[in-house]
Amino acid sequence: MSTYTSDSNAAPAFVARQSFIELTARERARHLLDSGTFRELLGPFDRLTSPWLPLQGIVCQADDGAVVARGTIGGAPALVCAIESAFQGGSIGEVSGSKIAGALELALRDCERGKIVHPVIVFETGGVRLQEANLGLAVIAEIQAAIVALRRHVPVVGVIAGMVGCFGGMSLAAALCTRLIMTRQGRLGMNGPEVIEQEAGIDELDASDRRRIWQLIGGEQRTACGLADRLVEDNAEAIVAAVRDAFAGGVPSVHRTEAVDHYLALLAQVDPSAITPESMRGLFAAEQRDAAGSAVTIKEFE
Amino acid sequence: MNHATSLSRGQRWLLALAGESAGAAPIWHADAPLAGESARFIAVVPDPENRFARARENVVGLEQGWRLARTVREVVDADARAATRRPIIAIVDVKSQAYGYREEMLGIHLACAAAVDAYASARQAGHPIIALIVGPAMSGAFLAHGYQANRMLALDAPGTMVHAMGKEAAARVTRRCVEALDALGETITPMSYSLTGFAKLGLLDCLIDGVDADAPTSDHIALVQGKLADAVLSARSGSSDLSHRLDSDAARTTRAASIKVRHHLAMQWDAD
Repeated sequence: MSTYTSDSNAAPAFVARQSFIELTARERARHLLDSGTFRELLGPFDRLTSPWLPLQGIVCQADDGAVVARGTIGGAPALVCAIESAFQGGSIGEVSGSKIAGALELALRDCERGKIVHPVIVFETGGVRLQEANLGLAVIAEIQAAIVALRRHVPVVGVIAGMVGCFGGMSLAAALCTRLIMTRQGRLGMNGPEVIEQEAGIDELDASDRRRIWQLIGGEQRTACGLADRLVEDNAEAIVAAVRDAFAGGVPSVHRTEAVDHYLALLAQVDPSAITPESMRGLFAAEQRDAAGSAVTIKEFE
Repeated sequence: MNHATSLSRGQRWLLALAGESAGAAPIWHADAPLAGESARFIAVVPDPENRFARARENVVGLEQGWRLARTVREVVDADARAATRRPIIAIVDVKSQAYGYREEMLGIHLACAAAVDAYASARQAGHPIIALIVGPAMSGAFLAHGYQANRMLALDAPGTMVHAMGKEAAARVTRRCVEALDALGETITPMSYSLTGFAKLGLLDCLIDGVDADAPTSDHIALVQGKLADAVLSARSGSSDLSHRLDSDAARTTRAASIKVRHHLAMQWDAD
């Protein structure tokens, strides 16, 4: 790619760069790890698949839609858990969720023994896989528990690139991450737009209004409000660099989910009848650096 | 306070187990004796006047999430230098998370995550966290209030249920009728809405039978207090993580895949 840059007939940068969004979960994990260090755990050939989908006439995938890989990032031991949106919308089942929870638990064990492992979670998920309902929810609780325990030792870095985004119980897991990296195409919310329209009616939210949805929960808005830490272009190199920066920032003294009084105070200033995505930016972005302190230290975008 | 009018299950059980709340709706909490020590009881209760219109029932919305976090952290901070950490009892009666435009905009996912963090951090700090399911324990609301507990108990009574999605909504999404959904739960254990189905997953430590969930007698209350005290003892004797959930006979059968995944991951973790 770099050979183009010195050429007067160079291809435009957008042709030369590698989209991250277009990559599969496995390719994403490979990109995030240092070249040649990718080693997949419980790969497709281990054939640990969902015990519940065949009972409902649904064909399994050999990795159950989650890729767990070890390797190094900037030379340091690392773990990447990447969710594959092409299988069941990235939904979390017993096996895919246990792969992520189990890997984070092993990283925690190593960290407790003084061997720091740098964990990255690449979110691309609608949340619980409904066909595995209660077990999906249970393993998401286990993923959350592991993130909270692990982030005392090392930053847990989350990436939400799109196009599925991150919803349901996994949006809570993303919020628990030390630092979140998003693209403009990424979305982060607890209830997907379709769910809100179904539960609260089309007057509450029109799920087909794409512009409004991205203004509400898209990466640009989330970063501007301090609910995500870094907005990056859809460029694999840029995301790799942002992940490295996120680790370089170290463990903050206060994580976002610990800034309880800060966020309660912000919420108290909100007028529910008047608040808009634009006015929220003013309210949340102006004050977050003071009270949440080092929870949100990465402020320079691109 | 006049409680003669209809109370939610969460309100009724908080009053029964701990007396009047020290905090206002939507989060009730009270410190009360349990087996000779003080315990904190917490419930999410209806709040008909809440300024967020989508969060007026017993649901977890923005204020509920952040206030749950504050109520739990208050206990953790107060006991930081104490020899024993007081038990925290999450009385679970939550219909859902709040579904709304403003909730998403203002980060309901972060508010719920703050509650998850508070409970998980309290557990790691050595507080026995006990979830007592007395009504619905649904989806993201249950994640925020109860699912980080060391031990989980439930009343086996009409109206208690655990699931990832409300029955009506799940029926619509999966294009089944509610009856077909119930039938599916009989054969596919994780799809079950019933507590007996949930118990088969190994996640429940005690299913309490023979208690009137809406109008408990003093005997019923004493029975539940006894089970809570047992759960506190059991939590203190175990680890502060969630590994206990994979230890039971039920888990070894129904969650064999969860156990197998962890076993194989551990074997492959370090390269030879």
